[in-house]
Amino acid sequence: MTDQRSQAEIVRQSLKRRYRKERRFRAYGILAIAIALSALVILFADIIGKGYSGFVKTTVTLDVQLDGEMMYIDDASDERQLKMADFVEPLIQALMKEIPGATEEDRDAVRDLINPYASVTLRDALQANPDWLGTTQTMTFLTHTDVDVYVKHGDDDAYSIKLTEEQQAWVDRLLEQGAIDTSFNDVFFSNGDSRDPSKAGVLGAIVGSLLTMFVTLVLSFPIGVAAAIYLEEFAPQNKFTDFIEVNINNLAAVPSIIFGLLGLAVFINLFGMPRSVPVVGGLVLTLMTLPTIIISSRAAIKSVPPSIREAAEGIGASKMQVVLHHVLPLAMPGMLTGSIIGMAQALGETAPLLLIGMVAFIVDVPDGFFDSATVLPVQVFLWAGSPELAFIERASAAIMVLLTFLISMNALAIWMRKRLERRW
Amino acid sequence: MQASTLLLLTFVLALVAYGLGYSRSRSLAMPLGGIRHLKSLPFYYGARAALWCIIPGLLVLGMWAAFQDKVIQMLVIGSLPAELVPDTEGTASLLLSKISNVASGALPPGFVEPPVAEAAERLKALRQQSQVYMTALVISVSVLAGFLGWLRIRPRLNARAQVEAILKWLFFACAALAILTTMGIIFSVAFETFRFFGKISFVEFFFGTNWSPQTALRADQVAAEGAFGMIPLFTGTLLISLIAMVVAVPVGLLSAIYLSEYANKRVRSTVKPLLEMLAGIPTVVYGFFAALTVAPFISDLAASLGIEASSQSALAAGSVMGIMIIPFVSSLSDDVINAVPQTLRDGSLALGATQSETMKKVIFPAALPGIMGGILLAVSRAIGETMIVVMAAGLAANLTANPLETVTTVTVQIVTLLTGDQEFDSAKTLAAFALGAMLFLATLLLNVIALKIVRKYREQYD
Repeated sequence: MTDQRSQAEIVRQSLKRRYRKERRFRAYGILAIAIALSALVILFADIIGKGYSGFVKTTVTLDVQLDGEMMYIDDASDERQLKMADFVEPLIQALMKEIPGATEEDRDAVRDLINPYASVTLRDALQANPDWLGTTQTMTFLTHTDVDVYVKHGDDDAYSIKLTEEQQAWVDRLLEQGAIDTSFNDVFFSNGDSRDPSKAGVLGAIVGSLLTMFVTLVLSFPIGVAAAIYLEEFAPQNKFTDFIEVNINNLAAVPSIIFGLLGLAVFINLFGMPRSVPVVGGLVLTLMTLPTIIISSRAAIKSVPPSIREAAEGIGASKMQVVLHHVLPLAMPGMLTGSIIGMAQALGETAPLLLIGMVAFIVDVPDGFFDSATVLPVQVFLWAGSPELAFIERASAAIMVLLTFLISMNALAIWMRKRLERRW
Repeated sequence: MQASTLLLLTFVLALVAYGLGYSRSRSLAMPLGGIRHLKSLPFYYGARAALWCIIPGLLVLGMWAAFQDKVIQMLVIGSLPAELVPDTEGTASLLLSKISNVASGALPPGFVEPPVAEAAERLKALRQQSQVYMTALVISVSVLAGFLGWLRIRPRLNARAQVEAILKWLFFACAALAILTTMGIIFSVAFETFRFFGKISFVEFFFGTNWSPQTALRADQVAAEGAFGMIPLFTGTLLISLIAMVVAVPVGLLSAIYLSEYANKRVRSTVKPLLEMLAGIPTVVYGFFAALTVAPFISDLAASLGIEASSQSALAAGSVMGIMIIPFVSSLSDDVINAVPQTLRDGSLALGATQSETMKKVIFPAALPGIMGGILLAVSRAIGETMIVVMAAGLAANLTANPLETVTTVTVQIVTLLTGDQEFDSAKTLAAFALGAMLFLATLLLNVIALKIVRKYREQYD
């Protein structure tokens, strides 16, 4: 009796301690989740904080006097004259007019406010409208990257402002007057890469990514589905089938960079395919995503109930007819969902593409599967490695574009799973 | 004709073959009294003719396209005058790129020796010839095979069985591609690795503690040898993976436990997808985050504490890699914890144990093998991870265990050695393949062990 009571007493006394332990354990769990989620939040906040300004461009609006004498040109429809003419001078003159205190000695300082490519813009405009010669036109140009950085990040210590005090005062004035203005950065979405941050865009990388993804999808989806059908429906129970399965499972866990080595050794060295083209990138990514697609397609085929098969077989369909006419259409939503997720992985993949040479600096937007190209994640990698902070801003903006693609692909997959997938 | 247009044409030919086969089977069936006297439906006769047409055509096209460049290059090199014939692979590739540059018009012919310009002309001519031959061959093979297939259509022919057999073989080929890929990886990596060990001794590679891959441009260059000891790379990889595991295992495991044992359905259904988002973020984004945010933060923090930290510390790369691996660990442990039978849980709770005691003393030991398997899989992930370390870890191969110093990893070295143009016979490029072979073996081994553990454990409760 006493023994029992003392035991109960011990238990009761220990209860407080045990409950405290229990609460602590729970708190650890919550803490772990909080750490993981805060990492996610910090990551997103960091990228958005660094990159939102990449979607903004700084422009300067000038009344440009297209004086033929100053530009050494008398006929704007003459190609040769257009090539020889001076398109920088009218820009400098126009900007000088906006800055009251500027003298001839400040010419170089004034010129450094305008983007080096602005003269090209002016030439193209004159080429398109030869009758503008001799008139004054109000036109908008990109500012120099240094001005862009100053306007956006003038009060941020992390950025080094390269403008002189005098230039800064001018820019402040022009901002007040409204000559210098910020607007949505359409250049970022309509240009390829460039050495000048304010002219650099992601269009080339997006097109490269789309071309590469197209090759990947066209190859990996049919092959993956066919392989899944074979393994689920036709494969005999033998050692060879086991061997195939072991291979698929292992390939799913092989580091992606190994696929890059394979692509380099086989596609480029053995077959002599060109470097840095979307076709080779697509082939490598196909090999990499195939295991994912095969595994998810097999799960989708498995989830089709046997009653469907039996009913079709019962009315005399052959095995192949059962599969192609009945099982495959029912499993299709699941297969598509798996493939979209596989594609999303492939879209974010960088390492194997570095090895097959898709890291080259490419200005032009690729116009075919055999044209040198780069892809979005590699573009991020290239810009992130640049010492110029203006490029870091572009890299963050490119990450946001990439994440938008990925999130919408995953959302599509989730939506398809909810809407189309049948539960039996 | 271009290979891509030719591909399209083959498909058109197959479509024509389908139509012809279909109509022939019908017209053969008409005198017999309708298609019910055919062994198969007309569709299958058409499909059979199409397959007969397209498969040989595609095979020829694929082989030709794969090997034409190599053959043409050999022919061009072979026809060069004796004094220009390259003696090493390096000069051969240089010469070839020179010739193809001239042929493509990037380099004016006047800039090079006359024989090279001639070779460029020959290259152009051979390419054109090759295209003509390819077009003629593919079209004639397709048409001939399609015609044969069409000719052999008989009412008694079981076209369905044949079509299905071909399809089955096609499906099999797709499944067997996995084997081909593995073989491709093994052979491509192994071949270059053997060549590497022909130049650098086994002992130096495995036991050398100095890594500075250089190849001599001149024979008498200082430090021309280069050092290929993989130990610093290996320890660097392990250090970063260890840091990643220190972050990922506790966080991943504890959040899995909380989600599976404590959280209600609503919390679970919101937190789980959010955690999985971490797994969906591309590694280049993590690399960006590690290199530009975490690494400066760590070195600033260390500086304010009076410790010296490198701006490319192992800690930055490792901890960010850990964050990436959290969802991997948590979803694998979640599966394992959920697989522990409810009866064990109920038994323990009925004896008066608290939930945490049940977790720690009953479920965790039961789930331990599975969790270990999951952790091993996560380690193999960390070892093979590339972009984070390429962007955030350094290039200097230091043999150190200090997480605040710069280390380099196997994957970083593979990428640095292989990006950009390179010749394929220097020890430097071959070293990348040797490293790739080690990486492949290590991850393969870890995966096999992990899968064995997981599988063995799963059978316990079935």
